[in-house]
Amino acid sequence: MSNTRKWFASGDPWIWMIGGALTVSLLMVIGLIGLIAVRGFGHFWPAELIETKVRTASGEIEIVLGEITDTETLTPLQLQDTDLAGQADGDALTSRAQFKVGNRDVFSSDFRWILEPRRIETRVPDDAIMLERREYGNFYGYLVNIKRDGEVIARGDNAFDELKAMLEKNRAQVDELEHIDRYEIGAINYRLEQARLDERGLEFNRDKISAREYQQRMAEIEAERETARAQYKDLREQRDALMRELNRASVTMRTADGREKEMKLSNLIRATRNNAMSVFEKTGYYLVKFKEFVLGYPREANTEGGIMPAIFGTITMVLLMSIVVTPFGVIAAIYLREYARQGTFLRIVRISVYNLAGVPSIVFGVFGLGFFVYTMGGSIDALFYPERAPQPVFGTPGLLWASLTLALLTLPVVIVATEEGLTRIPRAVREGSLALGATKAETLRRIVLPMAAPAMMTGLILAVARAAGEVAPLMLVGVVKLAPALPIDGEFPFLHLERKIMHLGFHIYDVGFQSPNVEAARPLVYATSLMLLFIIISLNLTAISIRNRLRERFRADSD
Amino acid sequence: MVEQSPQVPMPGSRPGLSNGEMRSLSDEDPCIEVRNLNLFYGESQALKNINLKIPRGRVTAFIGPSGCGKSTLLRCFNRMNDLVDSCRVEGLIRIDEDDIYDKRVDVAALRRRVGMVFQKPNPFPKSIFENVAYGLRLQGVNDKRVLSEAVEKALRGAALWDEVKDRLDDNAFGMSGGQQQRLVIARAIAIEPEVMLLDEPCSALDPISTAKVEELITELKKKYTIVIVTHNMQQAARVSDYTAYLYLGEVVEFDDTRRIFTNPKQKETEDYITGRFG
Repeated sequence: MSNTRKWFASGDPWIWMIGGALTVSLLMVIGLIGLIAVRGFGHFWPAELIETKVRTASGEIEIVLGEITDTETLTPLQLQDTDLAGQADGDALTSRAQFKVGNRDVFSSDFRWILEPRRIETRVPDDAIMLERREYGNFYGYLVNIKRDGEVIARGDNAFDELKAMLEKNRAQVDELEHIDRYEIGAINYRLEQARLDERGLEFNRDKISAREYQQRMAEIEAERETARAQYKDLREQRDALMRELNRASVTMRTADGREKEMKLSNLIRATRNNAMSVFEKTGYYLVKFKEFVLGYPREANTEGGIMPAIFGTITMVLLMSIVVTPFGVIAAIYLREYARQGTFLRIVRISVYNLAGVPSIVFGVFGLGFFVYTMGGSIDALFYPERAPQPVFGTPGLLWASLTLALLTLPVVIVATEEGLTRIPRAVREGSLALGATKAETLRRIVLPMAAPAMMTGLILAVARAAGEVAPLMLVGVVKLAPALPIDGEFPFLHLERKIMHLGFHIYDVGFQSPNVEAARPLVYATSLMLLFIIISLNLTAISIRNRLRERFRADSD
Repeated sequence: MVEQSPQVPMPGSRPGLSNGEMRSLSDEDPCIEVRNLNLFYGESQALKNINLKIPRGRVTAFIGPSGCGKSTLLRCFNRMNDLVDSCRVEGLIRIDEDDIYDKRVDVAALRRRVGMVFQKPNPFPKSIFENVAYGLRLQGVNDKRVLSEAVEKALRGAALWDEVKDRLDDNAFGMSGGQQQRLVIARAIAIEPEVMLLDEPCSALDPISTAKVEELITELKKKYTIVIVTHNMQQAARVSDYTAYLYLGEVVEFDDTRRIFTNPKQKETEDYITGRFG
């Protein structure tokens, strides 16, 4: 009895309890990251291609080729719902495997569940090929021949090497084609649009300038338009030539069940014989795929390709938000803590600020849409871009409004952290400065603010962590499924605040739940989540290292 | 019969102290003049009708039990009490004939004339050099050469130069407590004030550092008028020329230090310095 009491009094049970709680929390975090990492990273590893003979319910034999993506164990009760109903014997468990069979253009669906008892014979053929395509997802099958201008130029064993060589050559041309499509034609379109706007602007100001000047300016615009059109024509020809060249070759493939399919070579990205690859080849493939994922543009309604625009958009937006929120938060905190007369009114203000942190983020989104986008953006358009009406410039969701909304959302965090930092600065240091003839403002600027800088950074760290993970309000104020252009590019003024952006958080939602092929895109959801985590962590680590450096510099007695 | 003089050594008294010439306050040139000073924190009165003339070029010590108002009085001289919202001051304080509580007084300029050193060393989180140069930079001095000279002079004046001359760019927090306190003194004398207020400058220091600071005070009084608040009566006896005993917000006695410690006029003063009270 007294021993137990002594044990309780010693505090050991508490230590065990809090230690245990900490362990559980850590395990949960590690488990979460582990799950995402395994699912996300695993996606890019070339899977084994399995060919299996299946006896269907009607007794026919069918051959299926694909990757196994999932397996499930079925109880006899669950088996009742399948076409094996009635054949179940007693209590035996059955399992089934999910095959990714690809060939969406042939089979109409990417995935198939196959019950284990229906599989007769399974093999792992070395010559099975996985084709990564620009459209319709992967193709799984066997190579029949390669044609050029309708003539068969390779078939049989060496055809695969030929195919790989041709794809390698194609890649450079495809890259050139994409570059033309994405940048050069984009730049010309931009110039044409600019010319159109100049013209409209000129129309608006027609009565303010002389007829002569009007004629002259008009002629300049027309000339600009002519050169742009000429360039466009050249590009168009270049592009068509490339396209013709690319379309000359085609490849014929055979599916596992014997159907043949001819595809243009320009539609293919790469061909691999997964089962014949060595570990090194697989690693190389993995790295290439991963690089493509991080640095590439999305394809096929975001379910394929990369997430670079989303990464870019997320980082740009968070940085812009930090630039806005830090000065405002710090200034507000300084006023609240240093200058405002402490009293009931100030207490109400402070409580309101703190409560702002608890407002659901979607409410900020609604506010951002109503105030920033429609009111402020609309006014800016009316004042500065009358020639563009009725098309909005700032009066529509965009990068600037998304950043401002997030800044508003994270403002309380920065204010609270900065105030905390200001409070912690020893009175003695302030008095020391004042006693040397410094005014209050000088003391603030030279002593107090530098000492409170680490606290401000803490606030910023919290703000960044919150902002980077926020999705709901962004859907209302500037984030879209697919942005046509990055917010930063080579066109003046380089940072395009009015453009819509892509965002990793929204990308996860979109790919995982809104895409046409949710099943196929699921691994990308994990990979994208991982990327988002990684970006938040690196943004935070950067901020933390800056803070630690500041702390070291302005280390005070009390720290 | 040889009459034996009843030589009971007073605490804190120095042998031979009583042999010197007694000074009289009325002969001194007053630097700070306090007239009918009353100070309130909200409703409660902290200082009651204080009248003092603090002599120029001397060390004046304020002693008294905790809460008697000696620090409050000291902080009136550079208007540090302005920082306390509820504080209200009535009466007159003049430094060199200037009424420092006049509305037109520039408080920052006043504090440049009246330097202060606090109880705990309070260096800024900057380098040793920048700590000393701080006051000058505030006045717009940015010439590196001028600053270097002033910093060296101030550090020498605070008897710190030899210890820190090789690490002027190090953070001031790397110094010992005693060095920090001397740095703070150097920082104060760098802007060449007329008066130095020392608020228990040795209470956070070890005996060796205390000895150094006390030595410094004796050195400094050649140039500055010094007012020191202390809890340590030996210290008051060692370093000061004049001593004021405060009790419950009133000046009980103000006289030559030797007289206060050997032959106080007031019974309360005697009780306090002999340790019967306080």
